[in-house]
Amino acid sequence: MSAVESYATKLVRNRMGLWLFIISDAFVFVGLFVARMVLLGDTRPELDQGLGLAVTIMLLVSSFFMNRAEVEMAHGNRPAFLRNTFITMALGVIFLLGVVGVEWQIAHFGPADGQQGAVFYAMTGFHAFHVLTGVIFLFIVWNNGRRGHYSAEKHWAVEACAIYWHFVDVVWMFFYVGLYLLGTPIV
Amino acid sequence: MRFFSTSFFRGLIAQAAGTVLGMGLVMALRVIFGLPLSSPVEADDAHIREIIVVGGVIVGAITFMIGAGVFTDWFKWARGEETSDDHTPDPSKPNWMRYFSVDFDHKVIGVQYGVTSLLLLLFGGIFAMLFRIELSGSGITFLNSEIFKVLLGYDGPHLYNTLMSLHGIVMIAGILLGVGAMSNYLVPMLIGANDMAFPRLNAFAFWINVPGAAILLSSLFFGGFDTGWVGYPPLSLRAPLGMQMFLIGVYLVGLSSIAGSINVIVTTLTMRAKGMSMFRMPIFCWAALATALLQFTATQLIGLSFQLVMLERLLGMTFFDSLKGGDPVLYQHLFWFYSHPAVYVFILPGLGVISELLPVFSRKPLYGTRWVALSSFGIAVVSFFVWAHHMFVSGMSPFLRIPFMYSTLLVAVPTGVKFFSWAATLWQGKIIFKTPMLFALGAVVIFLLGGVTGPPLATIATDLHLHDTWFVVGHFHDTMFGGFIFPFVAAIFYWFPKMTGRMYNEKQGKIQFWLMFIGFMLMSNLQLVLGLLGMRRRVVDFDAALGFDTMQLALTIGGFMVFFGMLLFAYNIIRSWTKGEVAEGNVWDSRSPEWQKPNPMPLHNYEHPFEVVGEPYDYGLPNSRYVNMNPAGESPAAH
Repeated sequence: MSAVESYATKLVRNRMGLWLFIISDAFVFVGLFVARMVLLGDTRPELDQGLGLAVTIMLLVSSFFMNRAEVEMAHGNRPAFLRNTFITMALGVIFLLGVVGVEWQIAHFGPADGQQGAVFYAMTGFHAFHVLTGVIFLFIVWNNGRRGHYSAEKHWAVEACAIYWHFVDVVWMFFYVGLYLLGTPIV
Repeated sequence: MRFFSTSFFRGLIAQAAGTVLGMGLVMALRVIFGLPLSSPVEADDAHIREIIVVGGVIVGAITFMIGAGVFTDWFKWARGEETSDDHTPDPSKPNWMRYFSVDFDHKVIGVQYGVTSLLLLLFGGIFAMLFRIELSGSGITFLNSEIFKVLLGYDGPHLYNTLMSLHGIVMIAGILLGVGAMSNYLVPMLIGANDMAFPRLNAFAFWINVPGAAILLSSLFFGGFDTGWVGYPPLSLRAPLGMQMFLIGVYLVGLSSIAGSINVIVTTLTMRAKGMSMFRMPIFCWAALATALLQFTATQLIGLSFQLVMLERLLGMTFFDSLKGGDPVLYQHLFWFYSHPAVYVFILPGLGVISELLPVFSRKPLYGTRWVALSSFGIAVVSFFVWAHHMFVSGMSPFLRIPFMYSTLLVAVPTGVKFFSWAATLWQGKIIFKTPMLFALGAVVIFLLGGVTGPPLATIATDLHLHDTWFVVGHFHDTMFGGFIFPFVAAIFYWFPKMTGRMYNEKQGKIQFWLMFIGFMLMSNLQLVLGLLGMRRRVVDFDAALGFDTMQLALTIGGFMVFFGMLLFAYNIIRSWTKGEVAEGNVWDSRSPEWQKPNPMPLHNYEHPFEVVGEPYDYGLPNSRYVNMNPAGESPAAH
């Protein structure tokens, strides 16, 4: 057997490895959600509903563009791939600004203010860190794509980035419900 | 002088520089945001110092990895550059340098894990010996010595608590690295692969332990911590700065565990040799796979619980402090959700080693191979549903106790499968009493003790009496020595010729066995007895009127016998590494593929893939074959 293995063999392993990582990472978020249920029960922090809905829509829509980017790359359409990746990245940055830049500033409690502060800042913080790494990943993929690195046959990095981004998005679907919709607000 | 160009040295320099840089960064950020750098109030001042130090230590861990060169290939990928998959070492450098450098060969990484593991076990042992001296009689004497106050700034009960906590967690880190050593070194070799699935991730998983261990041990010099290895809040929220070093260090070791386990799963599932169906896979690989399943899921929750404690300490976020409305029991749930499966992470590979060695040395097939393979999975699955048996007295809802009692007792079923298989394998076998076999047999006996002392702790009525006594300590040491220490030593002796091409010293090995076996029996049985008589865990002193003095002294002697046994072990392997007798060929007359290759194992394990044509453990059955090393029929001279 040659020391250098084929791309296809590696792709199988890479996919399995990434999914295992995502299952593993999901446990952190499940743990955070459990902490939220234990500490806040059927109450929730008082937050700006309009802003929450807006950032959630941004992130949901970004997953659509992420999917477009991956499909375009699989079809070998580089310009469309770059365009869609850029839009995904921009929406990710807007989400980050919305949560960390606005919601964290206008919230009427800080991280040290009781359980609602602890739960809100921990959940959004852990998630925002994942969005940030996702945006960095998107930038790397976009930058390498711009320099002609991926092809219709070989674009594992794009696929990995897309799976990760969708994962971060799905996590927020649960966190949005947990933080903005579930229970009665703490006044 | 070449040492100064190794990854290890460069990493440490980078870590020191990064720590200072990180502290500066945090201070600069505090200045920018208009926060004070010191405070006239002593408590606030300590808090500000803690934020600065923690920031520095985290940055230091990252710069270690960059300085060591673990990230180099990944940075290249991010820039869109290709890297070579050919990991042939640079012939101009001496071979020892590979072991201090970032290397992608699973055999090198396995040895790196193993040596680091033994070093951590040594540190853990030293801590234990220090507090054993103190506990050998009533009254606080030894730990009040002037020298500790001068060296560490604290002594007496707080030093005892720190040593006891560090003994626990450093041993656990050492065991986790030992598990990594066994699965990294053995899994690719046993399944016929030339390396792990992700060699770079493998290197990352090893090297992150180095700053992790350094930070963990540094807690001794940051005021220590007095929570035990469990770090329960609210005590862990009030402990000195050393607490943070504990939390960060364990977090980094946990990261290693997660990355390593993903590697093991992908390797065993996708890289097996031709003809190796799941049930023809060696038992050790089954054990490693089951272990990895536990590691890559459950470890995240100890990571999370530790991060939440860190956040509560640094930013005042209220998760666990019941004074401010937090829930300390929540921490215990998150913590034990990992830390119970973790004990199976520690023992499953060891039990796998026992199952590997018994058939070789009794020249008989492993009894019920498939059931043994599945029993590892049985233990792994059940272990996710037993965590709250650690919390029978913690104020958890009483009705939860019953289901957790039953699920805990259920663990005995798959474990029993293993025991019956071992007994039946030994039955009427022609047993060869070489050192690895002695350790495997010792492990079976000791683990049996650990097994029978488990149900009294799982049963609520008896646990209410035994909780927090030395009975728990005795039980836990039985499981760890039977499930990890003895099998780990057996595995190192058994595969020593494969690693080094030389034989260990048989006589010293046997002396070590009897020293450790007798010493351990003395130690753990006395722990169990003292526990039943009411000796509490985690106390520095006991009343002389209890009449424990003689037993405590005997216990200390037993502990030192184990310690000296391990020192002899270190001497044996260090000396045999260079001066041992040259070991050629199939030393143990094993059927396993790695023993059909020369010693030490060639650089790329199997230049020509072998084919599996039979069952792995059919020792003594006429005309049975496990592997065909030469399926293409090429002449051996051609390789």
